[in-house]
Amino acid sequence: MMSHEEIKSLILNYSPEAVCDESGPWLQVSIQSTDWLPLAEALRNHSQLQFDYLFCLTGVDWKTHLSVVYHLTSKVFGHTVVVKVKIDDRINPVVETVSNIWRTAELHEREAYDLFGIRFNSHPDLRRLFLTDEWVGWPLRKDYEDPINMIKL
Amino acid sequence: MLSIAGIANSIHQWLNETFSSGWATLLEFVLVGILVISFFAFLGLVLVFMERKVSAYMQLRVGPNRVGYKGLAQTLADTIKLVVKEGLTPDGADKFLFNFAPFLVLIASMLLMAPIAFAKDFQIWDINIGVLYITAISSISVIGVLMAGWSSNNKYSLLGAMRSGAQIVSYELSAGLAIMTIVILAGSIRLSDIIASQENGWWIFKGHIPAIIAFVIYIIAVTAETNRAPFDLAEAESELTAGFHTEYSGMKFALFFLSEYVNIFIVCAIGATLFLGGWMPLHIGHWEGFNHIMDFIPSSLWFMGKTFFLIFLIMWFRWTFPRLRIDQLLNLEWKYLLPISLFNLLLVTFIALMGWYF
Amino acid sequence: MLEEIGTTEQGDLVINIGPQHPSTHGVLHLVITLNGETIKKVEPHLGYIHRSIEKMCESLTYRQFIYSTSRMDYLSAHINNHGCALAVEQGLGIEIPPRARAIRVLLSELTRLASHQLWWGAMAMDVGAITPFFHAFREREMINDIMEETCGARLTMNYMVPGGVMFDLHPNFVTRTKDFLRFFRSKFNEYDELVTNNIIFQERMKGVGVLSSADAISYGCTGPVARASGVSSDIRKIAPYEGYDQLQFAEAIQSGGDCFARYLVRMQEMRESLAIIDQLIDTIPDGEFQAKTKAVLKLPKGEYYSRVETARGEFGVYIISEGATTPYRMKFRSPGFSNLSALDHMSRGSKIGDLVAIMGSLDLVIPDIDR
Repeated sequence: MMSHEEIKSLILNYSPEAVCDESGPWLQVSIQSTDWLPLAEALRNHSQLQFDYLFCLTGVDWKTHLSVVYHLTSKVFGHTVVVKVKIDDRINPVVETVSNIWRTAELHEREAYDLFGIRFNSHPDLRRLFLTDEWVGWPLRKDYEDPINMIKL
Repeated sequence: MLSIAGIANSIHQWLNETFSSGWATLLEFVLVGILVISFFAFLGLVLVFMERKVSAYMQLRVGPNRVGYKGLAQTLADTIKLVVKEGLTPDGADKFLFNFAPFLVLIASMLLMAPIAFAKDFQIWDINIGVLYITAISSISVIGVLMAGWSSNNKYSLLGAMRSGAQIVSYELSAGLAIMTIVILAGSIRLSDIIASQENGWWIFKGHIPAIIAFVIYIIAVTAETNRAPFDLAEAESELTAGFHTEYSGMKFALFFLSEYVNIFIVCAIGATLFLGGWMPLHIGHWEGFNHIMDFIPSSLWFMGKTFFLIFLIMWFRWTFPRLRIDQLLNLEWKYLLPISLFNLLLVTFIALMGWYF
Repeated sequence: MLEEIGTTEQGDLVINIGPQHPSTHGVLHLVITLNGETIKKVEPHLGYIHRSIEKMCESLTYRQFIYSTSRMDYLSAHINNHGCALAVEQGLGIEIPPRARAIRVLLSELTRLASHQLWWGAMAMDVGAITPFFHAFREREMINDIMEETCGARLTMNYMVPGGVMFDLHPNFVTRTKDFLRFFRSKFNEYDELVTNNIIFQERMKGVGVLSSADAISYGCTGPVARASGVSSDIRKIAPYEGYDQLQFAEAIQSGGDCFARYLVRMQEMRESLAIIDQLIDTIPDGEFQAKTKAVLKLPKGEYYSRVETARGEFGVYIISEGATTPYRMKFRSPGFSNLSALDHMSRGSKIGDLVAIMGSLDLVIPDIDR
């Protein structure tokens, strides 16, 4: 098990612009969407990191921008890191897929695409997952309006 | 003594005295037809009720207990429901085959009723090639199942039918070879001769180990042949929803249902005839007193008792065992049951030649 | 979607399993491509009961949203609520009284037992044995009765509140639980006799749907599915919560990775749950069953993640708070969703009968997947 500091220094090697936050129980790393794929590969393959288990993948709508949050754990060492990938373009948000690195991401990314409209580049099968193919809009975005189905409390 | 054979004979005599012999035979045909059909319907009611009660007691339930006295009329009520229900024919189905299949299955099982000896001297048709007739006719029902599955224009049905075809054709071999063992021991393929040969003891006791092996193989094979769990792959509820009869409803479904239960009765009746002495009472060696008491029990009761014991056995299987997979099912037949029954046949031939059976 | 159902160019048969099918245990829709009886591809189509609980939670307060999670994995309703309560308590920074802790753990383990019992019956039914289902329900009924007395509900208990539990235990709870333990122990051997040792059952399960430990991790499998592949993933062990670290129990791990290993893991988990209840039932501390909390809960700005071990695996609650009375964003990491993603990988090349067995061994609860 590595300390936050060690993980942090290793991550900063790979993406120097990453912003680390140690306030929570886990190390939180914020990066830009363009930096994500190399970092993801490093997180998975670096011999001291080996984050082999992606246990949560979700999108968040911050009104000004979107982000994708990845919770990663290493089953080998037991350390955990939270990576937040920031996507500035709300109209056409794109981020690289990690489904070839962590297989579980395939379904999770489809869910994020379905509900947030975040496109995952080179995803093998990026379609709507829960909603019908002809659905318009991205329901979990904050600006989503549905006069029929949504009940405002 | 009042017996079923006596009643049948007096009717026969009365008909021959009243009408010319040609008319009398024709009338007997009609009578037998009516009897078989009503016996069919009655069997369906009894066996379905029995199945539900047996399963209920195995599953910590009570089973049907509301309609009629202790729920006895439940199956009757179900039948009425099925009769008045609309029989749908799906779009794109082969209409003729779709509607014909249940009747074919039913007719096949009805024909099998002919050589069965229900009581002493009470048999519809004591054909001299009885065993051959049974094995031949029982293969026909698979055509009905294949027809039903193919003509439904449903993939589940098709898969179910194909499974059923592979299964019945394979297990027919073992069932046939198991029957052959008794034919070798009895030296005849006429059913009445086979029963007569068991007067001093049933074949399962007289025939040593080969007869017991043959009996076990026979029970396994006929369970598979009647598409009952653990070999119910053709219906496989959790895999193929209902298999070959997925698209059937109303009375056409009821016919499949009925023929399933009648088939069980028939294979158990044949099993009882071949291995357990048919209507022969239980006789043990030289216990004269015991044998005499056993003779007082009517032969029809003996036959029904043995048959229903075997039916209960098959129901017991159904409610305890999980289902096999299709490849395991065929492996069991071709890799285990068939070699064993072939070897068993050799063994029994040897025993019969040496006269080592009692 | 429906146009593509038929046969493929190679002459493979494409079949819909579900949304209405006896062995999908809910409205799961799988489109499978078959070559004869052999499966070439399994594609899940989800969303038939998607209610977007995550969106609903954004307009519910921290007291209210907990109960919508009972409707996700309804067989682990209490454990789901537990995860939510832990996340809120983490945000509020409150300690809950020891009595509440014990009650929560006791009911969680009872829930796990009830869930595994239902799974056991359904698993046997999937491979064609119908009788075990009824035997499983006899014991499950007793748990439901215990739950009903204490919580007022049998399935979606809604017994959790941030800071403890809603009411105190029913006075009969201890005696009835002990009765249940005694009864269940006496019947547990029957489970083995009827199903585990059955040769047909073992033939159907062994070597079917093998998942290697590397794949189990990569597909994000948790719970009994991962543990059957030799991956230590019990949250009660690797990130203990609610005093699980003070209890004596073993993490059930098998190395086979096939359906039978998953079966054995769940059977052992039932024994471990019984052991946990045994340790707690006589030593439930006295005192408050709820910590003092404010009427209106506000979580400080920040992010909170709690993990609990449900009967199906790791359940995660991810709350992003902006300091308001309602969450800004709510994410539930449900175990069934990730476990389902391995289905295609596990069932390729096996028979239709195997697919049903694999789905049974994954123990899918569809509302948990669809949320």
